[in-house]
Amino acid sequence: MATEVTFPRDETTRAEAATHEWLSRTWATPQGLIGWLSEVDHKIVGRRSLITAVAFFALGGLLALTMRVQLAKPDNNLIGPDLYNQLFSMHGSTMMFLFAVPVMQALGVYLVPLMVGTRAIAFPRLNAFAFWVYLFGGVMLYVAFALNIGPDTGWFSYVPLSGPQYSSGKRVDFWAQMITFTELSSLAIAVSTICTIFKQRAPGMSLQKMPLFVWALLVTNFMVCFAMPAVMIASTYLLLDRSIATQFFNPAEGGDPLLWQHLFWFFGHPEVYIIFIPGLGIVSAITATFSGRPVVAYPLMVLSLLATGFLAFGLWVHHMFATGLPRLGDSFYTAASAMIALPSGIQIFCWIATMWEGRIRFTTPMLFVIGFVVVFVLGGLTGVMLASVPMDLQVHDTYFVVAHFHYVLIGGAVFPLLGGFYYWFPKMTGRLLSERLGKWNFWLFFIGFNVTFFPMHILGLEGMPRRVYTYSAQLGWGSMNLLATTGAFVLAIGVLLFLVNVARSLRSGQRAAANPWGASGLEWATDSPPPNYNFAHIPVAETSEPLWDHPHELPVAHGLRLDRRELLLTSVGEASPDLREPSADPSIWPFLAALAATFLFILSIFTPWGLYIGAVPVAITLIGWFWPRPGESIEREG
Amino acid sequence: MTPFEHSVLDVAGVQNAYIHTMWTVLLGICALMYVLVLGFLLWALLRARRTPDPVRPAESTGVESALYAWIGLVIVGLFGITITSYAVDRAIFAAGQKSGLALEVTSQQWWWDIKYQNDDPSQSFHTANEIHLPVNVPVTISLRSPDVIHSFWVPNLHGKQDLIPGRDTDIHLRPTRTGVFRGQCAEFCGAQHANMAVYVFVESQQDFDRWRAGQLQAATAPTGSTAAQGRDSFMTSACPLCHTIRGTDAAGVTGPDLTHVASRASLAAGALDYNRGNLAAWIADPQGIKPGNHMPTVGLSPQDLQSIAAYLDGLK
Repeated sequence: MATEVTFPRDETTRAEAATHEWLSRTWATPQGLIGWLSEVDHKIVGRRSLITAVAFFALGGLLALTMRVQLAKPDNNLIGPDLYNQLFSMHGSTMMFLFAVPVMQALGVYLVPLMVGTRAIAFPRLNAFAFWVYLFGGVMLYVAFALNIGPDTGWFSYVPLSGPQYSSGKRVDFWAQMITFTELSSLAIAVSTICTIFKQRAPGMSLQKMPLFVWALLVTNFMVCFAMPAVMIASTYLLLDRSIATQFFNPAEGGDPLLWQHLFWFFGHPEVYIIFIPGLGIVSAITATFSGRPVVAYPLMVLSLLATGFLAFGLWVHHMFATGLPRLGDSFYTAASAMIALPSGIQIFCWIATMWEGRIRFTTPMLFVIGFVVVFVLGGLTGVMLASVPMDLQVHDTYFVVAHFHYVLIGGAVFPLLGGFYYWFPKMTGRLLSERLGKWNFWLFFIGFNVTFFPMHILGLEGMPRRVYTYSAQLGWGSMNLLATTGAFVLAIGVLLFLVNVARSLRSGQRAAANPWGASGLEWATDSPPPNYNFAHIPVAETSEPLWDHPHELPVAHGLRLDRRELLLTSVGEASPDLREPSADPSIWPFLAALAATFLFILSIFTPWGLYIGAVPVAITLIGWFWPRPGESIEREG
Repeated sequence: MTPFEHSVLDVAGVQNAYIHTMWTVLLGICALMYVLVLGFLLWALLRARRTPDPVRPAESTGVESALYAWIGLVIVGLFGITITSYAVDRAIFAAGQKSGLALEVTSQQWWWDIKYQNDDPSQSFHTANEIHLPVNVPVTISLRSPDVIHSFWVPNLHGKQDLIPGRDTDIHLRPTRTGVFRGQCAEFCGAQHANMAVYVFVESQQDFDRWRAGQLQAATAPTGSTAAQGRDSFMTSACPLCHTIRGTDAAGVTGPDLTHVASRASLAAGALDYNRGNLAAWIADPQGIKPGNHMPTVGLSPQDLQSIAAYLDGLK
């Protein structure tokens, strides 16, 4: 099963060599700074996004450590309320908007085209634009924070606290505009990813043969399309309330603070699933590879992902049980919130059954998957507790909830992600990460995580509310908090070890073959790292485990031009060959358009006229971007 | 500070007793599920280590029937939880239908105004950050917030209820034992969210009546020259612009009612225990003790400060 795949090419024949040379020239990016900024290769854009997201993860983690130091003992004077409130607002905003969603989408940008066997992502320039917008938005938020205008009303920014009357200055405006940046980026990537999945799959890879990771990314990106507009509208209303005195959220003028909460949680709850559904995809990929067999009950796994995606939009009110909405309505949300545990429970069972039926290799990625099950299931179960209205009324906005969602999000997203990094790192860089450091990394992370967050369940039941910068010694929360702080440092050392491992491997890691783990997916059918054109010949997926079922030679499709960037489009359902489609060349315009959009967004923080003034450079760059060039047309496949 | 309780798990009210039932059911079902998952995982790990070859997808190992059993179990568990939750919620609602006492609590950045309502205005009075309740008497608390969203939460007695500007909400309590129960704002409300506590003193009916009679009184006149001087300094400085002392000209409503401030257990919504020293410290430097709060530092001479503290300390 784990035998090395020989490529469907023969290096010795001159024709093959010429093909590779042609392709690498056609898909090359110009040298120099301009070339660097013009990059549209999904692997390089994806890699940049991954590095950016990990950098924000590290920053967000440092903010959290600072908070843990402040809370380590009661009545601590280290950090005052003004800074502390900025710290937790920045931590939440960073982790949700600048790390979790972007990192998962970036992983998709990198892997999905490889997994479906195509040469490029759909709309590569839009995808490049998305990266720049994300980068600029994140940098803007951190520059603002460094200048003491960081947000201080939480990642959820409830009105009226974040409204013009109770949050003067520009802190909230920077936060609200950061939302615009990141959600714009997110939506753009969603469009690229969905189109890649629907139209660019290798011939034969019908929907029922698609890898579960790709299914997960498909569901996630559709959810992005439906969830993100709600928060963009909310943050725009907030900016308008703050800058031109609209009264969307002002009860004195007929507005309503609860409108914000509905809009925010209509996004905010699906957001949680947007973050961990890709994690579930990673878990499926790793479990299958290291159990040496496909995941059990594939159709049920796909249906569970779809069900989770739909149900996720029907639960948002469970964040608002304490607001005094009608009780009968609340009960429906209790039922819906409990119901979503079913698809998750099915998937957990199927992964364990896969292990049960397989032969496990206990590699670092697999350890992270096992850690994921232990942690995520606990988080899911406390989630079921929160679905109950009476229980929620007690533990809502306490450290119990803090514990719950860190179990779900770190368990459901970061554990799989770290496992995923160990798993796909050799594909991305051509070098393996050290397994020895990896095991240390896992155990420190796993133990540190539980020591940090498990005591928070108890703190919540002891009545410790969230978002408090200090607490009195009389409350008796000191020892649990000290324990949590200690755990946070162990956790941080685990993360540090991961970064050390990456740095060491990049310099002197063991070289990776094309398929170092003996996996079954198409991404392992090309070199590590893949050439800029991904596949010299478009693979044909006759089964759902192509490399396992064709370990020696993969059937391929011919007929794409070598001298132009060209993709094979296939039909949505059956993936039968349909069209040859040109793919965009590198271009500086996406970068310039992102700069123009940044100018518009930042200017409109300071003056409502920013929209009009900023529209000019945006229009110019978009015209440049879309200026028609001769020779761009769609050709029917002959 | 007198010893107090602050915990979800130590039940002191009818409503929280129902919630505790819910917690027990949830803990039982969820713990069982967790043990099952971990057990299966452990089994899978041990078994898969021994197995020479992975099971081919075509072979049947009985895992499918186990899957159906698992789905059935999850559904039964979730139904159990949902139905129990609904029943508990109804019971809590029913428990709040009777009322023997009406309070109006207004939350502001960062303190609680408490009004004991009565149809006879002379029997109504305000206090701050401290609620006294007779044991076993159902009470209805109307909740209002004029500024931002806060959340009223006394964990030993009941869950939370948000106070949302522009919306009237209420919460029903029925304490079942005497004691001091701490509550705290549970919705992030700005700089001093951490220091926005309220203390609930649950007392026997007699103790409550005595306390209530005391609170209905106007402020006691100062005894001694320092206190009298303090009253004059209080009235001629910025203090009365924000604070009320019934029976005097001070009638501000921006800050807490001080008529019986010296009878309270804490200062500044739980930021300090009440004693004369803390009172003087608070007046001298409110921004140092509770940074960002809305009480300004009033430039008072040391004599004025001491005499005002002496005056207020007499307002039992």
